[in-house]
Amino acid sequence: MVSNNVVIGLEIHTQITSLKTKLFCSCPSDYRGKPPNTNVCPTCLGLPGALPVVNVNAIKAAIMVALALRCSISDLLVFTRKHYFYPDLPKNYQISQYDGIGSMPIAKNGYVILNIDGNIKKIRIRRINIEEDPGRLIYPTGSLLTSKYTLIDYNRSGIALLEIVTEPDISTPKEAKVFIDKIRSILEHLGITDPNLEGSIRVDANISLAGGSRVEVKNISSPKDVERALAYEIIRQSKMLGSGEVVRRETRHWDSVRKVTVPLRAKELEEDYRYFPDPDLPPIKITKELIMDIASKLPELPDQRIERFVRSYGISEYLANVLVLEKSLADYFEECVGICGNPELVGNIVVNDLKRWIDELNLEVIEAKKLLPANQLCKLIQLLINNSINIKILKEVLPKALRSGKDVISIIYEEGYMDISDEKMLMKIVEEVFKENQQAVKDALDNPKAINYLVGQVMKKTKGRANPSITNKLITMKLAEIRGTPKNDR
Amino acid sequence: MKKLIENNITYLVEQFYSNPSLIEEYIHEVYEVIGKVEDRVKSYITLRPLEDVLDEFRKLRDRIKYGFKGRLLGIAVAVKDCIVTRGIRTTCASRMLQDFIPPYNATVVERIINEGGIIIGKTNMDEFAMGSTTENSAFYVTRNPWDLSRVAGGSSGGSAAAVSSREASIALGSDTGGSIRTPASYTGTVGMKPTYGLVSRYGLIAYANSLEQIGPIARNLSDLTLMLSIISGHDPKDSTSLKIYDTNYDRYLSKAPLKNYKIAVIKECIEQGVDRAVMQAFNRAISRFESEGLEVTEVSMPLIKYGLPAYYIIADAEASSNLARYDGIRYGYHVGVGERSYDDVYSEVRSYGFGLEVKRRILLGTFVLSAGYYDQYYLKALKVRRLLRNEFVRIFNRYDFIAIPTTPTPPPKVGEAIDDPLKLYLMDIYTVLANLVGIPAISIPADIVDGLPIGIQILGPELSEGYLINIAYIYEEISKLRDLTPPLVV
Ligand SMILES: [Zn+2]
Repeated sequence: MVSNNVVIGLEIHTQITSLKTKLFCSCPSDYRGKPPNTNVCPTCLGLPGALPVVNVNAIKAAIMVALALRCSISDLLVFTRKHYFYPDLPKNYQISQYDGIGSMPIAKNGYVILNIDGNIKKIRIRRINIEEDPGRLIYPTGSLLTSKYTLIDYNRSGIALLEIVTEPDISTPKEAKVFIDKIRSILEHLGITDPNLEGSIRVDANISLAGGSRVEVKNISSPKDVERALAYEIIRQSKMLGSGEVVRRETRHWDSVRKVTVPLRAKELEEDYRYFPDPDLPPIKITKELIMDIASKLPELPDQRIERFVRSYGISEYLANVLVLEKSLADYFEECVGICGNPELVGNIVVNDLKRWIDELNLEVIEAKKLLPANQLCKLIQLLINNSINIKILKEVLPKALRSGKDVISIIYEEGYMDISDEKMLMKIVEEVFKENQQAVKDALDNPKAINYLVGQVMKKTKGRANPSITNKLITMKLAEIRGTPKNDR
Repeated sequence: MKKLIENNITYLVEQFYSNPSLIEEYIHEVYEVIGKVEDRVKSYITLRPLEDVLDEFRKLRDRIKYGFKGRLLGIAVAVKDCIVTRGIRTTCASRMLQDFIPPYNATVVERIINEGGIIIGKTNMDEFAMGSTTENSAFYVTRNPWDLSRVAGGSSGGSAAAVSSREASIALGSDTGGSIRTPASYTGTVGMKPTYGLVSRYGLIAYANSLEQIGPIARNLSDLTLMLSIISGHDPKDSTSLKIYDTNYDRYLSKAPLKNYKIAVIKECIEQGVDRAVMQAFNRAISRFESEGLEVTEVSMPLIKYGLPAYYIIADAEASSNLARYDGIRYGYHVGVGERSYDDVYSEVRSYGFGLEVKRRILLGTFVLSAGYYDQYYLKALKVRRLLRNEFVRIFNRYDFIAIPTTPTPPPKVGEAIDDPLKLYLMDIYTVLANLVGIPAISIPADIVDGLPIGIQILGPELSEGYLINIAYIYEEISKLRDLTPPLVV
């Protein structure tokens, strides 16, 4: 659905998964898969008397992101308490940041340039906050609506989060998706967030249509779902507006199972969070030297990498874009090119075939890498270049390798995939086909296009295993012989 | 024969080294006193059973055999009930935490235990340290050992009463706006609020984080100095902790002035509203200083009158935030949840769990942090705080100390002040200054008037604890007002 009067702003919450410990205590940051409420201490449980001590590596990570998103960075780090009562929040306030008198976010006023099907769009970043993750509410039935009670797991409480807030510069669900994809890629390239970890990146989307109020949709975890949730909201809200209903200010919840948004609470007034600087955390100076030091060590960012791919590998910008969207995919591509060259071919296979199967089989790129290491894919590509297999076979071997993790050469032999490229053997078959299809041979002598029929017959006899280019060459030679013209080659 | 408990700690510890079984005798003495006076004084909320304490003594005796040394070896220490103790109930004198047994020790408690001190109990206080008379305890009032019809002061009233009546050799209190100095003044003991950040707040249940410090209450300067030396110094668990490592103050226990001290008396603090008995004691103290050849000058500081309102705005704002965590979900007073929503449950828990004064301060604090009032109240209070700091810096450029009464009146009768919050708040008028400015202040007995001890307060610039000890010790030497014994104990 396209609409000119849709205004979308996003709040992305990304965990700094590269940290070893939580933001304000020494509990491990690796909370996933642990028994409930075992990854906790007095500080992240908010026990009386416990105090926070900031993890300085979180500050460095935030500065990296701020630099990558071209923000201006505050010279003072001030933590602010944001108050609201909710059971996932052990202190009933969240240690966060705020833009106000005496308080400031670590960074603000940045931007990201998007390339949306060739069109350039600038999305402004309003601010970046460092804050602590709340605990996790667990609904026994899996759904907020049908559960009679709620359980709380504080293992996640206190994990370091960055909140990246955009200006309302986004006008379509597609743009929102592209934006989040890009942010994910930037975070991955910076080594700050592993986007493949469940819940490591979560999005709240604010959307309003002309004539309606702003609706906030919370709890969206994948870029695809952001697109879906926003598309859903556009339809829902425009239907309401179309029938003369009022779209009120409210907060809705994205139900990722049913793919709908459901009302969470009406937001009549701006909630009063009673922000004030946390007296337990004195402001920390952020020096120019620290920022320059971090800037000088900043790894290659997606935009730079895309440019380099185009420049040094000569691949298309489209291909480079898709590869760099996922750092692990781009890494895999580079590893392959390092082994077997042919960047254009490798890039196409990685993007068009390998990635498709990775998605289809519900794998992560890193898992796929274990099942089909770069040298394995290169073996296949080598065989393709040597004309030992054709592209069709390569495409069939890929999912088999990804499913089994077997060596690609054994798959080819076991499945009888190897091309027949032995010229003597193929020549015999060509001769058979010529005998059996004399009319077709005559046609081919007059009309070069009719040659395809003969190639098809060879393929039929070999069950598709004949190397097409060698087959072509042999048939052309044979026809030339019949015409009595002298052989130029061989 | 002089009882062991009557000796100062340094002397006792020496005796205990040469004869560890004396510790047992000493413990029995302490428990005998407790048996005799506790019913009437009510210093403790939780007193450890004698058997537990004797167990601890036996363990200590074994460690002494293996060469253990500690500056508090075998000493019975009372700890205010807002400082967490592992395995020992810590209530903050609130129904909210009536059954709360902390899983960890405050840093100061850890340091006391490391020096061989034995924590024998947790002392009564105003609920969450909010009050100046200990009448706001959810459990009972602590009585003044000098006159049981009067209060012992607050909020560390239990600690001061316990030390004064020999129910412990020394105690820890906490001072947010006078909570150590007021009860010290009322009970004839010495109490110090250290420079903000000198003593770790890790494990101090927060009332107003930016104002409060833990400090010692003792019967004499020697004991106070020892305890201060032990509990002060940098703690990495408290982000507001100063990087101070040399914390041995023994050398300041000198009968001769270590400098040519100049004392300022703030005119506004003695002009009006000060009780006759307090003025009499104060003037006596000043003339004693002058007769020692110290220069005493009156100075004016009109800004002083804004101290109290600014204090209550800042303290209540922080309190409203700190006390948000008490919702009955993770610890503390708990009610059946049924199928109710969390806000119903929270309301019930907080309605029952908090006393009236705590509710009053939460409401006031919530109000001053609310949008629209934040600038008018909270920010203005911060401004007063800054201006006051400048004023004190100005005075300390010319004088070494400021001397003012600790409180404007002698200890009120039980029930006399409690129904009038404004009258009650006025009791803090001279003590809140040191907390707002972050400087150290000590209250020592100035004189005994009409059978009641009355304190004088001496304030010094940041980190001047050593010199404060020196001048207080000089006064103790001239006045012989040390180890004051209330008639109750004789
Ligand atoms: Zn923790």
